[in-house]
Amino acid sequence: MVTILFYLFAGLAIGGAIGVVMAKSPVGSLLFMVTTLAAMAATFVLLEAHFLAAIQIIVYAGAIMVLFLFVIMLLNLGHDYQRDLKGGAFAVLSFAIVGAISGLLAQRLGAAGSSDITAGGVAIDAAIAEHGAIGAIAQPLYTTYVVPFEITGILLLVAIVGALVLAKKEV
Amino acid sequence: MELDFSRQLHFWWALLPEIILCAWGMVVLIAGVSGKHKKGGAEEGGDPTLSGGADLGWLALVGVLLSALANGWLYGVTEVGRTSMIAVDGFRLFANWIFLIAAALSILISFAYVYRQRLQAGEFYALMLFATAGMMFMAGGRDLIVIFLGLEVMSIAVYALTAFNRRERKSAEAGLKYFLLGAFATGFFLYGIALTYGATGSTNVSVIGERIASGAASGTLTTLAITFLIIGFGFKVSAVPFHMWTPDVYEGAPAPVTAFMSAGVKAAAFVAFLRVFLVAFDASYETWYPVLWWLAAITMVSANLMALVQSNVKRMLAYSSIAHAGYLLVALTAANETAAAGMLFYLLIYTVMNIGAFAIVIGAAHQAEERLQVEDYAGFGWARPFLGVVLTIFLLSLAGFPGTGGFMAKIYVLQGAADAQLWYLSVILVLTTIASYWYYLRLAWFMWMKDQVTEGQHTLVITPFPMRIALIASVCVVLYLGFAPGAAIDFARDSVQGLGAVGGGLLGLGQ
Repeated sequence: MVTILFYLFAGLAIGGAIGVVMAKSPVGSLLFMVTTLAAMAATFVLLEAHFLAAIQIIVYAGAIMVLFLFVIMLLNLGHDYQRDLKGGAFAVLSFAIVGAISGLLAQRLGAAGSSDITAGGVAIDAAIAEHGAIGAIAQPLYTTYVVPFEITGILLLVAIVGALVLAKKEV
Repeated sequence: MELDFSRQLHFWWALLPEIILCAWGMVVLIAGVSGKHKKGGAEEGGDPTLSGGADLGWLALVGVLLSALANGWLYGVTEVGRTSMIAVDGFRLFANWIFLIAAALSILISFAYVYRQRLQAGEFYALMLFATAGMMFMAGGRDLIVIFLGLEVMSIAVYALTAFNRRERKSAEAGLKYFLLGAFATGFFLYGIALTYGATGSTNVSVIGERIASGAASGTLTTLAITFLIIGFGFKVSAVPFHMWTPDVYEGAPAPVTAFMSAGVKAAAFVAFLRVFLVAFDASYETWYPVLWWLAAITMVSANLMALVQSNVKRMLAYSSIAHAGYLLVALTAANETAAAGMLFYLLIYTVMNIGAFAIVIGAAHQAEERLQVEDYAGFGWARPFLGVVLTIFLLSLAGFPGTGGFMAKIYVLQGAADAQLWYLSVILVLTTIASYWYYLRLAWFMWMKDQVTEGQHTLVITPFPMRIALIASVCVVLYLGFAPGAAIDFARDSVQGLGAVGGGLLGLGQ
């Protein structure tokens, strides 16, 4: 059952991702992206990472996508546009490269069995049992990875300053 | 003082230079919006060293100085173990000196440009400080996540700085181009980190090195990860198949930003490149060595060939900066401590001479984006002897003439390459260097051997007081390191001591 569901959602995610680049109108691309993100949230549920799934839906599929949609609607970018990808050769090439990489990954993971993945799973289960689903994320975020967390704050500040400088009306 | 990173307070001390820079960036931002000079206005007869946002520039310089003091203080500090997220070693501190020098020189040469172009001084200098902090995170990160975040802090600040001069169409175009391509390359880099994590189960550079050396990591995934990381880094250092953005962005960006970018961003990317590949992927040297070999060879040959036909000075310096990336890739391919020390020395001297050359280009372009053709320099040397001599020294140093710092830097890189027995690569380096004499000397020839097109065409060239400080300091460093490089190279060698010892492997398996 879980396997069937996994393949269903994995197919949805990949199909949505292809749709994002192939869709003609920006709004269409956006809706495909929502599909991808929702399908990934479902995959998280299958991995029993319920908290991550909820965050994925609330932050990405919800807030960020709605913001994107607002921008596209407000700036009236929603109309179709002429495709400017140069020919099919590039599309074939890029799909071939992506296919080759995924093939290699699948082969490697298939050959090694799932021992690595189970080892990681055991560690995650232990962390969840100790701190709870949210604590298992919060604990390393605010202890082991506190430095990257703070640097992210600087990164956001820089992005805001940069965006303001470039978008301000009066120069 | 001894730092034990199981106590979180100690991250404060380890990151003191970065924290000072970030905090000072915020101070400059607030000073910029609260002062009277909301517009860096060019009022009549104003002095660019004191008015029009210059006070913010001096303020930013104080921040750089404080950060340098903190960096010097860190020499008295040792860390417990070598697997913490933040490295406190000589390698990082030497790289920090390079970034701080790049930031200080770039700020000094920006004064008149910011004034003349009426840029928003507060944001301009603050973004420079943040970008410098990002570079320092890249050099100090011993965890791929920290390196990635440092890369992003630096890149986003530099994207904004590139597009800063919004009235100039080229600047906005360059900013957009750099942003889109940069975001694309960042995707590759991030995917490389994810694959590394998949292969080894860690993002810590030292731990990755141990796992790969012990054979616990999967070969296929590691190879893929290395490929993606090379693409990500290759874009940032502008090695040749990933260099397409460089000439356009360097030409379009405000000239002081181009100087900062070509020196600082390149140095930061190379330093992180070196740490990741020599510590984390040391054991898979056989995998990445041929790739970097070809990257270095192609970069040196094609960049020098393309530079030969440039008539715009900024574009010529852009191709020259790609060529220098090729020379530095030779040091990376050699992958031993001699080459690593040579690379640090090279980055130091390159920073100084490149920013110096750009400073004069800014002055000659009347603090704007005009008169950038090689022909515009006709008779420049005789009309402005001081600037002419200084620019000639920088050009000779960039070309690598004996007696200049650039020559010694190339000698040390060649020494590293010889230790690793990269004979073909060394020959290519020497031959392409000789080819590069043509385009550097062509500019010098125009300056000294041609007559001015119209009388008095160089009288408007202004070099305000801060820019003169930067020029004199740079030219002293270039000449001093050219004649007496001993102390600096010994310092660089001490700095890379034991850098790769953690991964369990020996540096330079190709020896």
